[in-house]
Amino acid sequence: MSYIGIIITFVFINNFILAQFLGLCPFIGVSRKTDSAVGMGFAVIFVMSMASLATWAVYRLILVPLNIEYLQTISFILIIAALVQLVEMVIMKISPPLYKALGIYLPLITTNCAVLGIALIAVRSDYNAMESFVAGIAAGIGFLLAIVVMSTIRERLDKEWVPKPFRGVPISFITAGLMALAFMAFDKALLKNLLG
Amino acid sequence: MESEFSKGIFKENPIFIILLGLCPTLAVSTQVVNALGMGAGVIFVLLGSEIFVSLLKDFIPERIRIPSFIVIIASFVTVVDLVMQAYAPSLSRNLGVFVQLIVVNCIILGRAEAFASKRKLGESLLDALGMGVGFTLGLLLISAIREILGSGTITLFAVGSFDGVILIPGLSSQPARVLALAPGALLVIGFLKAFFNWLEIRREARTGWALEKKPAAGVPAAGAPAPAGGAS
Repeated sequence: MSYIGIIITFVFINNFILAQFLGLCPFIGVSRKTDSAVGMGFAVIFVMSMASLATWAVYRLILVPLNIEYLQTISFILIIAALVQLVEMVIMKISPPLYKALGIYLPLITTNCAVLGIALIAVRSDYNAMESFVAGIAAGIGFLLAIVVMSTIRERLDKEWVPKPFRGVPISFITAGLMALAFMAFDKALLKNLLG
Repeated sequence: MESEFSKGIFKENPIFIILLGLCPTLAVSTQVVNALGMGAGVIFVLLGSEIFVSLLKDFIPERIRIPSFIVIIASFVTVVDLVMQAYAPSLSRNLGVFVQLIVVNCIILGRAEAFASKRKLGESLLDALGMGVGFTLGLLLISAIREILGSGTITLFAVGSFDGVILIPGLSSQPARVLALAPGALLVIGFLKAFFNWLEIRREARTGWALEKKPAAGVPAAGAPAPAGGAS
């Protein structure tokens, strides 16, 4: 698949949150304020692109030659955890302002299903290094898009009257459901029309 | 001891009350059979990892406990994944990447960290069983609603001449398809959560809200006779 195809697939058609339900915990948890949603979104893009590249390398260069593909779950989760730690330390040294903006979100990302999800999906789809990297960035952008739209809706929603049982999490899920309904307009047929 | 088991099913049901572990539940909740398969996988991983964490808690250094827990959990997830591929290939295809994603399910790491790493083996075992069964029941409820209303069928395991699919007359010809698609999962869980909140609000209004979350989790109703307050 072409790079543009991969980008459109992961940002719109298979949006990680609205179509695959990966990364719902931070989506509901961190979408109260637009600022923190943007911070979380960028942290996810960063980690996902790094993680998909790193897991591709480990899978192709270590696990496959040694014939131990069955260790992928264990090795991927450890790579992601180590990578997040590393990224955190590097950002802290190089750019304190960026660390201030993203720092608190990074530990949350380790157990984010979306990061492990993109690593596993890239392996299952037989992507090469560049395709994995692009898929990681695109899936992260899809996450950013969904969480930012959601946070702006929730900021408005805070000022509205909501029936008591629906306040908080339930109304957020229903809002997300309506967003997913809108995202259903993006499907495989659209991709075919766009790319011919 | 008994309450360690039953609290996972009712009071602290992982899906509706603690609201953890959402990611795997929604994506596979299109068919009842998926919910059963996923539930069995999660129960196995929970049991295995809570037993191991509880047995090894004195040997794992404090500073590396989270990575150690993750390795233990990931090993059991790998076992489930390989067993499913070998003995239930069609289920394994249906669940796809979500079997491996059990490893990042917040319920499992959460229980290992909050419960099994501090308690004895017996208690951890009951806790794991209770949480696992509670998770399975919650997931079953969501997938039953989605499949019955969204496809008009109930899909179970195929046995002999029975192909495992029960058609529901009247619904299978004109189902509300949107519930079987991605938005349906989010809408169903939103409305279910609101329904459980509504039940809670009603219960509080009846019993007076001094009861509200006062007895700590797991402690039997010893502190229940709350001071008469806002009885309405």
